[in-house]
Amino acid sequence: MTDIVRPTAPPDGMLILFARRFADHRLALASLVVLLALALLAAAAPAAEWLLGVSANSVNLTIRFAPPSLAHPFGTDELGRDLLVRLLYGGRISLAVGIAAALASAVIGTIIGLLAGYYGGKLDALLMRLTDGVIALPLLPLLIVLAAVDLTKIGLPAELARDPDVSLYRMVVIIALVSWTTVARLVRGATLSVREREFVLAAAACGAGPLRIMAVHILPNVVSPIIVATTLSVGNVILLESVLSFLGLGIQPPIASWGNMLTGAQELIWSAPQLVFWPGALIFATVIAFNFLGDGMQDALDPRAITR
Amino acid sequence: MIRYILQRLGESAAVIALMSFVIYALIGLMPGDPIDLMINSDPRLTPADAARLRAVYGLDRPLVDRYLSWAAAAIGGDFGNSRLHVRPVLDVMPGFLLNTVKLMGLSFILSVAIAIPAGVIAARRQNSRLDHVINLLCFAGISVPVFWLALMLIILFSVMMPILPASGIASVGGGGGIMDAARHLVLPVATLTIFSVGSYTRFVRAAMIEVLRQDYIRTARAKGAGPSRIVWVHALRNAMIPVVTVIALSFGTLFSGALITETMFAYPGMGKLIYDSIMGNDYNMALVTLLFATAVTLAANLLADLAYAWLDPRISYAAGEGARP
Repeated sequence: MTDIVRPTAPPDGMLILFARRFADHRLALASLVVLLALALLAAAAPAAEWLLGVSANSVNLTIRFAPPSLAHPFGTDELGRDLLVRLLYGGRISLAVGIAAALASAVIGTIIGLLAGYYGGKLDALLMRLTDGVIALPLLPLLIVLAAVDLTKIGLPAELARDPDVSLYRMVVIIALVSWTTVARLVRGATLSVREREFVLAAAACGAGPLRIMAVHILPNVVSPIIVATTLSVGNVILLESVLSFLGLGIQPPIASWGNMLTGAQELIWSAPQLVFWPGALIFATVIAFNFLGDGMQDALDPRAITR
Repeated sequence: MIRYILQRLGESAAVIALMSFVIYALIGLMPGDPIDLMINSDPRLTPADAARLRAVYGLDRPLVDRYLSWAAAAIGGDFGNSRLHVRPVLDVMPGFLLNTVKLMGLSFILSVAIAIPAGVIAARRQNSRLDHVINLLCFAGISVPVFWLALMLIILFSVMMPILPASGIASVGGGGGIMDAARHLVLPVATLTIFSVGSYTRFVRAAMIEVLRQDYIRTARAKGAGPSRIVWVHALRNAMIPVVTVIALSFGTLFSGALITETMFAYPGMGKLIYDSIMGNDYNMALVTLLFATAVTLAANLLADLAYAWLDPRISYAAGEGARP
């Protein structure tokens, strides 16, 4: 009876809770650090070029397969180009393509998921059948076909179709076209439950149109699965980009990507195994870091885990 | 149930028909066309000859027309000749298919044989050091680029320690017998297994954790069943239901892995056949092999859904709508 009711501390904000839970996942935290370091190094590629006094694409056949030295800390490749600088430039491309394609597929998936979940009925059935259909396709063979398509046959001028820069956009587009399905399913599921909530009914009663309800009232409530799925998909996208580039169908030389640095590696396994090791090891490290990052975010954002 | 199966079969057939058109159109967009290839091999052909040839082969007709005549021939069992193999497409495929079945089958068995004990142990000792190590290895397997993994295995076991062959399915000269064939399978199977075992283990672990929380596990414990019996008899059987489904659904991923593995080890299977026919402008072959891969993947998905209903009597597809896992 005489107990004093102490005012309890106000509950921590969601962001602080998220940060705290995320920090518990040590591998995710370490991955974040690794990824930031990789991004910084990749961003500093021109600086490394200047410091070492080399250029990423300058061919010098007199110093092919040079061992590591002060001028070339990682040695040189089969055309005498500096391996370190090319690895850094390759990192730019792999990270940029990975993140851009993951974001693009998140946008496609979010739109499809919102439409299917909000309108339901026939549209939902149609969109989800489409999603199931795309999930059921053998991904890599189709990507190989899409990557092999001759762009001049769909009306692109020849010099543009052969421009290496265009191969970047092409990778982003074709990978986004096949990898939006996870986000679409997650957003649809979340939208189905959110659209029944009172605040959505209230917004509709106030006269908000469907577009406004989806963008302003539903989207902010389904954003956490989108973030997790997008983070996890960056790793996958980088794997797809690297294998296509490795096969000679992705990023076109002279632009360096970790995948196309390994094109022709089968001939190097005897003479220069170190050239084979580094690009793949960096793909591996980046992909595993994105996967741990996504895993940590999932743990931290899972509402069941937060209330526990 | 029968109605549900028929409905799903109908849907799959529709998807295959649609995909056959999409793939047909895409193949038409690949660099070069059959007449270009003829001109390259016979420089005496003039542009007028080329135009005449295009008309003879019907290449100047609209896409839909060409597709319909291809489809009519295909339904009649005529898929055309392979340009690279100079034989009817359907005669070439069986040998390659058998090799892929060997590769995928062996590494599937091996993956499951590793994933079940590893996943169960990780789930029993959730958050133990062993669980963390298994988790780390799973992530490594999921994240490794398959083509690089293959290169690393070749460097390790064929170059630095030359104990295993790096490519093909038999030694040059032949006559190596079954041991020789087995030695050629070791590295490809290892590559594909490392690629798939990580995700399988995670499926098993997640399903086991879910099942071990259930009331009937507590009941089993309460009536005195030993911990091993509970895990391996009561829990595992129920945990396998979602696992079977997810593994069947991931068939397309396994096939993608097989395509890279076969290409890396010059292993003559379906994946390499698809890749080579696309790169070698073998249009008929590319079309048929891609469609075949699509059909098999769709069948695996269908089987996954049916297995789910069959293994878990609580699931009923009578309504036919919205009950998918």
